[in-house]
Amino acid sequence: MRRVAIVGVLIIVAFLLQSTVFRWLAIAGIVPNILIIITSSFGFMRGRKEGMVIGFVCGLLVDIFFGDIIGFYALIYLFIGYINGIFRAIFYPEDIKLPMILISTSEIIYCLLCYIFLFLLRGRLNFLHYLLYVILPEIVYTVVITIIIYRGILLINEWLESFEKRS
Amino acid sequence: MAKNHRHKFSIPSRYVLLALSMLCVVMMVISFATDVMSVPLNSVVGYVIVPFQKGISKAGEWLNDRTDSLNTIKDLQKENSELKAKVDELSIGMNDLQADRYELSELRELFALDERYSDYKKVGARVIGKDTGNWFSNFIIDKGANDGISVDMNVMAGSGLVGIVTEVGPNWASVKSIIDDETNLSGMVMSTSDNLIVSGDLNLMNDGNIRFSQLIDSENKVVTGDQIVTSTISDKYLPNITVGYITEIKEDSNNLTKSGYLTPVVDFKHLNTVLVITDLKQGK
Repeated sequence: MRRVAIVGVLIIVAFLLQSTVFRWLAIAGIVPNILIIITSSFGFMRGRKEGMVIGFVCGLLVDIFFGDIIGFYALIYLFIGYINGIFRAIFYPEDIKLPMILISTSEIIYCLLCYIFLFLLRGRLNFLHYLLYVILPEIVYTVVITIIIYRGILLINEWLESFEKRS
Repeated sequence: MAKNHRHKFSIPSRYVLLALSMLCVVMMVISFATDVMSVPLNSVVGYVIVPFQKGISKAGEWLNDRTDSLNTIKDLQKENSELKAKVDELSIGMNDLQADRYELSELRELFALDERYSDYKKVGARVIGKDTGNWFSNFIIDKGANDGISVDMNVMAGSGLVGIVTEVGPNWASVKSIIDDETNLSGMVMSTSDNLIVSGDLNLMNDGNIRFSQLIDSENKVVTGDQIVTSTISDKYLPNITVGYITEIKEDSNNLTKSGYLTPVVDFKHLNTVLVITDLKQGK
């Protein structure tokens, strides 16, 4: 119960940051994707099921506010959470390389899926431009933000796990 | 021990994946076909998320104001003297305009042209959140169904068109701006009344430009700098709202139509307050 509440608050805070504060810190109009960081890191820290559910909730929030149809982003985030969950078996909290690789790969996949489904299918073929001006900056910015906040997410998770072990 | 026991019999995660994916697909189909889902979902997030967004954006605006006021005192003094000179200049021009205006109001009465947007009912709203992704240009405002806002209402800022309301919660609404990649609207060149299609483009979003196309101008009357307004034939946008000014125009390879770029009159990078026109094109 405690976990559900804390993670719920974390998701809401991430969404709020992304839709308000980071809009003012946007570099060249690009904001980092904190929801991906949260989905992905809870995926490999906690496994498939939790990654999935957290991804679903994150995606649903984006859908409700900004999506044309409800369920599209939820589906993408859902799969990203699930796939990250598979890597729980080789995850060690001391290791920073795996999280960085997984989060940036998730971000790349997310961007590519967005391009394919939301732009390519509407006949926007100029991939190179989107790559240079949207996808790459978003990935770089997200990785930088990951370095800053990943430690915090890890600590929150360890703190929650310490409670769960006690009970 | 009891916990371990429960874990052994829990549902395998691939079934959960399957179930949630199905749920997503079902939601997509339902929300594509109808809007039964948006009402409860929009209300829930309206009470969980929107109050925080309001608070954060207010705080941010306050901070911005403070830093701005410190930075700009010097600029303001310089501007003040410039403006004083301008006031003199303008007050002379004003006299001429007043005469014109008198004539105009008379003529307008004659033609019963009361469909100017100064007569539309408007509601002011504050921008409290922007799209979380980088692909589209939507934003959230702090007024919703409770304030009489509904889907398809036009949104303006200053004197220009900003976008259209696409989703409404009880105390928030989501607006799709005209620079968004998915926006297409039917516009009109003010001077010649030629119709054209204005469409947003992500590639141009950072330059603040939008594209226009399908302009039929066989007499070559339309030139750079012409004002583009929403057309009378659009089914969602109210007529005669300024969209922007043409910055570049060229002939298409078919030699029949023209296309080019226009600069919107609204500054989308610094959008804090907007006006929602509560009159709908197709009165409901």
